[in-house]
Amino acid sequence: MAVMEATLPRRLITTPTAGPLAALLLACVFFSVNSEQFLTGGNFSLIIQQVMVVGTLAIGQTLIILTAGIDLSNGAIMAFGGIVMTKLAVDSGLPPLLAIAAGLAVCAAFGLLNGLLVMKISLPPFIVTLGMLNVVFALTHIYSQDQTVTDLPPAMTYLGQTFNLGGTNVTYGSLLTILLFLLFAYLLGQTAWGRHVYALGNSPEVARLTGIRTNRLIVGVYTVAGFVYGIAALLLVSRTGVGDPQAGQTDNLDSITAVVLGGTSLFGGRGLVLGTLIGALIVGVFRNGLQLMGVPSIYQTLITGILVILAVTVDQLSRRRNR
Amino acid sequence: MTPVLQARGLVKRYGHVTALDGADFDLMPGEVLAVIGDNGAGKTSLIKALTGALQPDEGEILLDGKAVRFRDPLEARRHGIETVYQDLAVAASLDIATNMFLGREIRKPGLLGTVFRMLDKRRMREESARHMADLKIGLRSLTQPVESLSGGQRQGVAVARAVAWASNVVVMDEPTAALGVKESGQVLDMIRRVRDSGTPVVLISHNMPHVFEIADRIHVQRLGRRVAQIRPGDYNMAQVVAIMTGAMQVKDGRTVVADQGAAEAIGL
Repeated sequence: MAVMEATLPRRLITTPTAGPLAALLLACVFFSVNSEQFLTGGNFSLIIQQVMVVGTLAIGQTLIILTAGIDLSNGAIMAFGGIVMTKLAVDSGLPPLLAIAAGLAVCAAFGLLNGLLVMKISLPPFIVTLGMLNVVFALTHIYSQDQTVTDLPPAMTYLGQTFNLGGTNVTYGSLLTILLFLLFAYLLGQTAWGRHVYALGNSPEVARLTGIRTNRLIVGVYTVAGFVYGIAALLLVSRTGVGDPQAGQTDNLDSITAVVLGGTSLFGGRGLVLGTLIGALIVGVFRNGLQLMGVPSIYQTLITGILVILAVTVDQLSRRRNR
Repeated sequence: MTPVLQARGLVKRYGHVTALDGADFDLMPGEVLAVIGDNGAGKTSLIKALTGALQPDEGEILLDGKAVRFRDPLEARRHGIETVYQDLAVAASLDIATNMFLGREIRKPGLLGTVFRMLDKRRMREESARHMADLKIGLRSLTQPVESLSGGQRQGVAVARAVAWASNVVVMDEPTAALGVKESGQVLDMIRRVRDSGTPVVLISHNMPHVFEIADRIHVQRLGRRVAQIRPGDYNMAQVVAIMTGAMQVKDGRTVVADQGAAEAIGL
């Protein structure tokens, strides 16, 4: 059986991160030309700080989207996790590390709950997480009594502190975010678990018949995603210095934006978590660059919207070509 | 000679519908056994019961003469029974080597494998290449996604995977159904190679010419049971179709016309 040669354009279109990377580089060139402040270490450090919370949420979102699911509840889970951490530390006087661990556990538990609902009742993830979004949002406001938690112990904001990297101040949180992306790139690309996530996203039935325990895998993916939302909560708390019940209300959609801009298919089974990092950076770079050029912020939203539609169009066209 | 895989009196009911009504099954070593039957004859239920995809209500399954019970497809696989499911064989966006080892990945030796769970992609590629070569499936690259392959090549990957892992039996459900003439021929060649390597093959097919071309024996399934076991040389296609539809019956090795009108209608 002879194989037809995979032609170069075809290969470009099937490598899902090539387009986003090109878009990011083009944007960087454009803004470097149009603003002299853009291409500085300090500005890049700022961009990463601005995207790290949504970027971290988007790691969990990527996992779920790769299984052909979607998570609308991640921003709300993060906000609840942030409130739990800060309230336990400030109001209940728990040691900060213990409070952080509790926050992470709560977020993982909500992920687990999402996963169990998706798996056991075979409800569409869209509906499960839409319901969870409202449940968790309400719980956040009930538990916090709509009060922002302030006067955090220093350990909780440690990730917001900076260290010097070649003359540029970088926060520990930015570093943690990058490390998380690398960790999940490794897990998805180099371990059997990662291969199984892709197989599940391709077709749950194929995965099951191949001998993959798909139910356990789904629940695991949602739980891990929940845990990652907990880390996002910690990053958020350390960046803002407060526990804010209003936090993260549009972050669910922003995380989906990052995933889609990074070239991951909403139909599941295709995409890379490093693409999501690129997607998050595209949003950050556009926002930052347009700001530096003095463009009103509403145009940033306009351009982000156009980019998302472009990205899903490319995905759809490449899928059609593969048929 | 002990049959490799055997079933006695399998019964499977779904409410009022009886899919298997005391079905028997015998697969002998080193043969290609075709399973044919009209729609609703219980072919699929029989095969599912034999491969762990469904649990029969009654009856027993014997592997090399020993009674076995498969709770799920994974358990059948652990007993060396591999199945190529129609349309459900491969994960489209993953590459060939990954598909070959899906669910049975090999990790790197040492700490990289045990602690960091790192896959040994090179070794999986090399072993995949060897298995593909054994079946004479030529592919330029094992790292291309399966969706970039033609239908026949995809089926080739699925067959190669089944063969690579099957220590006892390979079951193929309509492996040529979606393929063109040339590609079907390639799959039939592969089935021959599998048999020649010593692994018996169960082939479920609607395609009579293919069945007659490749099968050593034919199991005819009708109304939930086996109504005949025949050799393709002893009957022509029209007769086999007549047995399948009930127009003719096989009793003690002799055929009896059971329904004159129906037999004449198909030209006997």
